[in-house]
Amino acid sequence: MSVREGLLALLGDEPVHGYVLKTGFEAATGGVWPLNVGQVYKTLERLERDGLVHARERQGQRQYRITDDGLAALGAWWDAVPDDEPPPRDELMLKVLMAVGQGRDHALDVITKQRSAVMAQLQLRRRGPSTARRRGRDPMVAAMVDDALVVRAEADLRWLDLCEERLTHPDPSEETGRRPVTRPRRGTRGARS
Amino acid sequence: MTTPILELRDVVKSYGAGPTEVRAVTGVSLAVAPGEFVAVRGPSGCGKSTLLHMAGGLEDPTAGHVLFDGRALYEMSAAERAGLRRGGVGYVFQRLNLVPSLTAMENVMLPLELDGVGSREAKERAAEALDAVGLDRHLERYPDDFSGGQQQRIAIARAIVGTRRLLLADEPTGSLDTPTGDAVVELIASLPARLGTAVVLVTHEPRYAAWADRVVSMRDGCVVDTTVAPPVRKSARRTVGARR
Repeated sequence: MSVREGLLALLGDEPVHGYVLKTGFEAATGGVWPLNVGQVYKTLERLERDGLVHARERQGQRQYRITDDGLAALGAWWDAVPDDEPPPRDELMLKVLMAVGQGRDHALDVITKQRSAVMAQLQLRRRGPSTARRRGRDPMVAAMVDDALVVRAEADLRWLDLCEERLTHPDPSEETGRRPVTRPRRGTRGARS
Repeated sequence: MTTPILELRDVVKSYGAGPTEVRAVTGVSLAVAPGEFVAVRGPSGCGKSTLLHMAGGLEDPTAGHVLFDGRALYEMSAAERAGLRRGGVGYVFQRLNLVPSLTAMENVMLPLELDGVGSREAKERAAEALDAVGLDRHLERYPDDFSGGQQQRIAIARAIVGTRRLLLADEPTGSLDTPTGDAVVELIASLPARLGTAVVLVTHEPRYAAWADRVVSMRDGCVVDTTVAPPVRKSARRTVGARR
């Protein structure tokens, strides 16, 4: 999602100011995406240029509402499904893949450290309300943000477990074609306890 | 330093001998403080359940020692170990082992009655235990009348009904859906603060392990890492309690 789609989703027939859209956007996204007002007005200008919103001047302030073309663009966005090919560039995934290229022991060390860090995050989430809840966001939206963070951390932990399993009990068919192991140039190879 | 309620010192568990020997647990040491909640996680076959069985005296280690409250289990007589299983350590398994012909109350009273506690006292203590797991209003119903999550709560009540200082739970959420499993683990996580019971939870699910103060990860019979829960800011702390 871009700011563009987020603003279209918040616009209706009733004209609204840019500042209302800014606060509405932040509330609707559970406080995970703060916007500055300049970003909002710049995006609204582009939407107006593309004919997706209509602007009018009232009492010295610009107000915006969605057009029919805007509704069509919004509908297309609701229906679009995110593609996973090529896979998204996930920081954790890329780090582990790079580590595998530097040798099994190094990869296992990286997996252990990352797993411990992700588990600590998950433990913290179990013990206290999230930032969204602490900041008094809509309770249901805040709970959904918490759910997403917990489920993603679980998925990361499961994936790290699977990587560890592949490294410690390799399938012979997956061993062929691997490039030769090189020594890590940076960082340390910590001993596994 | 407080004596750990449970201590495993370099325990090894092997099955078979010679070329067919399989080492399920290879030199694991672990100390659990009174009132501490420790989770042991890892893939199937990593040795976590075997570790729990040795911790509870259900299996003897091939080498190493298991100590309960500073006393080695191997030094205890058979009667003392049986007494420990009845009165000091509670067990919760994936399979509930509830007696279908007994009510919730009677199931929870059972270990007390086997221990010679009088019927009146057993009833009072069973009611307290069922209250602690949020089932105080359904004492006379039979296990089949309850949902899977509620049946697991009865099993937990039965496990904590004596003066239990240690609860050993082996995949207690295995047969439950996620929200029910969450509620059961939240209940288990509340026991250290509410009753002072130390808990060792074996699970392959990271979401449940994360409730623990300390998470021990095992692979191929060894501990590969231990994660201690980071401190929570006072303003962000949440009270863990039994959900009804």
